[in-house]
This record gives sequence, C-alpha cells and structure tokens, in this order.
Amino acid sequence: MSSKRIFVVDVDLCVGCQCCMFACNRRFGEAGLSKSAIHVRSAGGVERGFVVTVCRACLNPPCLKVCPVDALTLRKGGGVILNASKCIGCGNCVEACSIKAVFWDKETNKPIICTHCGYCVDFCPYGVLTLKPVEEEFE
Amino acid sequence: MIKDDPIQNVLYIDLSRRRFWVEKYPELFEKYFGGTGVAINLLHKECPKNIDPLSPENPIIFAVGQLNGLFPLASKTVAMFKSPLTGNLGESHCGGRSSIAIRMAGYGAIIIKGSSETPIYLTIDENGVKFRDASVLWGMGSYTVGRIIRELEIGAGVRTIMRIGPAGENLVSYACVITETYRHFGRLGLGAVFGSKKLKAVVILGKRSIKPKNFKIYREIYNEIFDKATKLPLMRKYHELGTAMNVNPLNELGCLPTKNLSTTRFEDAEKISGEIFAQKYLGRRVACAHCPVSCIHLAALREPYKHEPYFYKTKMVSYDYEPIYALGSMLGIGSVEKILKLMDEVETLGLDAMSTGVVLAWTTEMWKKGMISEKETKNLKFNWGDHETYIKAVRLIVKQPNEFYRALAKGVEVAALKFGGLDFALAFGGNEMPGYHTGPATHVGYLTGSRHSHLDSAGYSLDEKTVKEKLNPKMVGETLFEEEAWRQILSSLVVCFFARGVYKPEIVVKALSVVGYDLKIEDLKRIGEKILKLKYLFKVREGFNLEKLRIPRRIFEVPTPHGYIVEEFIREAVKVYKEKIESLPEN
Repeated sequence: MSSKRIFVVDVDLCVGCQCCMFACNRRFGEAGLSKSAIHVRSAGGVERGFVVTVCRACLNPPCLKVCPVDALTLRKGGGVILNASKCIGCGNCVEACSIKAVFWDKETNKPIICTHCGYCVDFCPYGVLTLKPVEEEFE
Repeated sequence: MIKDDPIQNVLYIDLSRRRFWVEKYPELFEKYFGGTGVAINLLHKECPKNIDPLSPENPIIFAVGQLNGLFPLASKTVAMFKSPLTGNLGESHCGGRSSIAIRMAGYGAIIIKGSSETPIYLTIDENGVKFRDASVLWGMGSYTVGRIIRELEIGAGVRTIMRIGPAGENLVSYACVITETYRHFGRLGLGAVFGSKKLKAVVILGKRSIKPKNFKIYREIYNEIFDKATKLPLMRKYHELGTAMNVNPLNELGCLPTKNLSTTRFEDAEKISGEIFAQKYLGRRVACAHCPVSCIHLAALREPYKHEPYFYKTKMVSYDYEPIYALGSMLGIGSVEKILKLMDEVETLGLDAMSTGVVLAWTTEMWKKGMISEKETKNLKFNWGDHETYIKAVRLIVKQPNEFYRALAKGVEVAALKFGGLDFALAFGGNEMPGYHTGPATHVGYLTGSRHSHLDSAGYSLDEKTVKEKLNPKMVGETLFEEEAWRQILSSLVVCFFARGVYKPEIVVKALSVVGYDLKIEDLKRIGEKILKLKYLFKVREGFNLEKLRIPRRIFEVPTPHGYIVEEFIREAVKVYKEKIESLPEN
C-alpha cells in the first residue's frame, strides 16, 4: 500500500470553522487547540478567505535537516516522524519550516508534527482536506 | 465541572486604575455552568442599583460556558451589562471566535469596570491584560479599526477582535460591538457602554487544552453532535440560504413587517428574498470558530468609482434575515444592492441594524404624516425606499446635530415620547421590534422576554406552528415561559440558539456528563428557571414592571395569520407569564 498524506484540495472551500484544528487536538485525548498540528486563520479578514497551514510532507524536509539530535526521521511518503525521547526542544524545526507548519507544544516543550493520520479530514465538512496516496496529485 | 478547569477563573479589569486580577469562582461555575447563568450572578454582584448605564460603575461582563471549546456549536459568548437602551438587563450573545478565544485564554468570564480618561484598547491572553493607547483608533469605522489591530497584534486564527464604531463612541443607545468584522453583540447597546468607558476594542487570544473526564465517551458524544450538525436538514437551511430564507415565506404568510408595520406584505419581497441574495450576491460563507454550520453569509457588493471608468471596489457585507427586514422591508427598500449599501453604512458606524431600521421607519412615518419638519430632519425628506436619505440619516443619528437626532440616538421610544407618534413607535420594553408579525405569541414574547428579543422564547415559532389553530393566552404564556427557561441552559453552556434542534435536553445531559455532571432533564429545567428568575430579579430591581409595559397600538391595526391581535389576549398572556415567574423561589 502506498503512503498517504493530507492535501488541501481547494482552500476557497474553507469556511474557517476550525473543526480540523479541534479534531487534531482530540487525537491527544484533549479538547481545545494547544496540540493541534493544523492551523486555520483568515487571509487578513474572513472576507478574504482562509489560510490552511498543515505539513505538506516534503520529500526532503528542511525541519529534518536542522534537528541537531536526529529526533526527526524521514517518514515513508514524505514528512517526518518525531522521536520525542530524543528531542531537546531547541525549536530549530519550527524555524526551518518554510510554510510554518511545525507548531509548538508549550506543555511538553516539543514540536507538534503532523503524522498524516487524516483524522482532521473526517471533520472537514466542506471537503477542503483530503487524505490521498502521495503520488496521486500535485497541489 | 472538570477538576481545575480554568473556566472558574474570572478576569477583572479596572480601566480607571489600569489594573487587572483573577478571582476564582468554582461554586458559581459548578452551579450555573457559565454563560448567562454565571453572568447574571456576577451582574447582581458587580452592578450597583440604579446607576447610569453610561457611568464607570456599569460593568461589562463576558462569560463563556463549560461546553465551549469542547463541543461543536458551543460557539457563543454572553455579554451582560446594564442596558442604556432599556435601562435594565442588557444581555447580548455573539459568536465569531469570541467564545473560543476566551475559553482558550483560560477564563470563564471577564469583567471590565471603571472607565479610561483617554481612548484605550485591551489585549488579553493567559498572562493577563495589556492596556494599549487607542487615541489614533478613536473615530474610526469598524472595518478600519479591525484591519489595523489585525496587523498590530499576534494570534491570527486564535483570537477575537471586539470593537466599536463611531456610534459606540458617540453613545448611541443601540450601538453594537462587532467581532471578526461580521458578528455582533448587536442588541441593547453594549457598544455605547464600551464608548462610555473610552474602550475602542478588546483583543483576546489563547490556545489551551481541556482534559475531559472520560475521553472515550467524550469522543462518542462529540461525533454524535457533529454528525447531527452536519447532516440534519434543519441545520442545512442555516448553511444554504441562511436566515434570509425567511423573507419569502414570511411575506407569503403575511407577517413580514413592511413600511413601519403599516402592512405585512411587501410588494418587492421577492426581489430581496434569500434566494436572490444568494443567487446574485453571495460571495462567501464563513463560520464561527468550532461550528461546522457556516451560517454567516457575505454578499459581494461591486461598486464603480465615480471618478474613473472601469475602476471598481468589491465590498463584502454580511446579511441575515433580521437586517433585511429592518433595513429592507421595514423601510420599503426593494433592491438588494440598496439594502447592502445601507447595511454597510450601519456596519461601519457600529449600530444595531434592527433598532436602526425601526427608528428610521418611525421617522419616515412621522415625516409622511407631517409630524416633523425639515427643522427636525436637517432638511432630509424621508420616503419609503430612498436608501440614500437613510444613509445620510444614520450618519446624523451618530453625529446628533440637534434635539431630534439626539432623541433618535436614544431609541424609538424616547424619540416618540418627545415628538409624538407613540402609537406607531415599535418598541417593546424599550427595545425595537424584531421582524415577525406572526400573531399574538410573538408579541407576548417581545414583551415578556428578558431581553425583549424574538430569540428569548421564539413566540414567532409558536405562532407559525399554530396558524390553523386557536391560541389561548394561558397556553401562550406558559409555553413561552418554558421555552425561555430552557434557553437559559443553552446560553449558559454556551450553545448557539441555532443549534437548539441538535442540543435537545437528552443530548445536553450527555454532553454535561463529559464534564462531570450527573443531571436529569428535570434538574436542568429547574436550573433554567432559576437563571430566568435571577434575570427577572435584576430587571425588577432596575424598575422593570410587566404590568406597565406599553404596547404600540400599531400591532392591533394590522392583521396577522392569526387575524387581528386583541389587546386583552396579550395582557392576559403576559399575566400568565408573570405569575409563572413570580411563583419561582427567589433563591
């Protein structure tokens, strides 16, 4: 089976409900937003639409390159996997991500890395997000 | 309540002394969940008797509830204050990102007291409050101030930006507070209370998490609510045409207030229907934070610039049924474009659209009857459908250049007491009328509802459901009382009233089990009644009396689907409601 990742199908379908953000947080057994690996904000006022920030599963990810302790390893299909026990919380990965899709968990002092599980996709009522095999399409 | 839930933190802000502190109220939140239930208790405590609503003593209370941040459609914030419009209970609900931002910043309520000598805005996060100078922002319209603060402050996506326009600064009694550009603490004049404190804006941001008691059950109930919210036909209607879908059916039924309720059928209703708004103008639909419904409808208004050919601007204007009624049919404006232009002006100035429309409708009738002259109107000539005059008039209401506009700025009742025309001044308990002339129940609801809002007890819905039946005052009074008492629970959680079909009592019981409650539906009903009683105690404390309510004669002169309304029926139903309220224990 080929690896899957999250795609933003059409950002103009987004209504800004942020149900994806809350869904992501629930993966950790909590309600709220502090552990969400996806972020939705307006593009300068809701009338201008929304910006959906989520890991795009780079095949050659900058976040991985700057980790000084090899806490991040390449994920099959792109993106990275975090080994929290190695992570020293330096935050280099957050800085390195060009699209700012590495978020920070203040409680654990570690990055929040998208695992491309697709749980957020199930809670996007408008089809903005989808989980698809990596090779299937361009963005 | 979940153990150590930060909801019990109440943030106090004193604008006069530029100080803030947090007090914990675990018992209060345990007993009343949050929202309305908590806010009314805090209002009793923090608002001294008989104060001027525009004095520094008037507290602004924002409260969220235990379900905010946990469940979808729990997306509202309750504001409480003493209303400058009615002189008693001020309560207004708003969505946008306000409730999530307050909850995620780690507060259950925020109380703003005192007043600043110079214009100010606040930035609130989990660490407390920053007092920022707003001298430069003072005088700005609501869109512009939002645009500036968006750039100045951090937290895009997890913040709310509440602000007022010039109407609030100039203390118009029905000035609103705007959040996220298109949502409002609309009714009862919170904007004027902000203005009286020289408070231009409040930014709140946060990104916390909350641990539910039993995570497995939490997920199950979450999914059940989410499924209902996204699949039920009753929620689809809010999403598709939105509340504007009401225009056509209400017109056909003969209950669309038109031209100051001189009639209930508008000849141009079809031209301003929800269908036309959506087909020709709908530019984008957006949602409140944590609500998949996306009922917010934004129309794209494309306007050419006059000074240069082929040069256009496209403005986005939010619309809903109530503003279409108030600034459309009520003023005889039968063109979407003209209504949008007027709505846009009202939004920029930061006025409540509903009160503004009713005030302008009364003014037009006064003009047509020759009861006011150019001296009062500053040379404006009021005619139904003339949106350009109405745009000039709303600016004058904000500027208040003479006695007449000063009176208009205090609401239609004050204006009519001074200039006449009380019989067709459509206010109930001092609050201007909502857009339903469906029968007796809706008016009983306007009179008895603790906010004098159609959403207090949904009398219009009772009228509509019983069109072919004969209503009796006892049934109307009791039904409205029960409905209003139940809604106190929803607004304490705080669930959007549009989600009342999803959050039925049995679902509420389940959702509350996730945060540690073991309650029965009967328990909830009792708590709802208790909250309603507390609200009434506040109203009565401030001089409100159900027996002394003025009923505008106009409502008896225009037929409804239930025929002509009879005054005795209304008075009797109000009496039944009053007895229900009085029969409740005081504590």
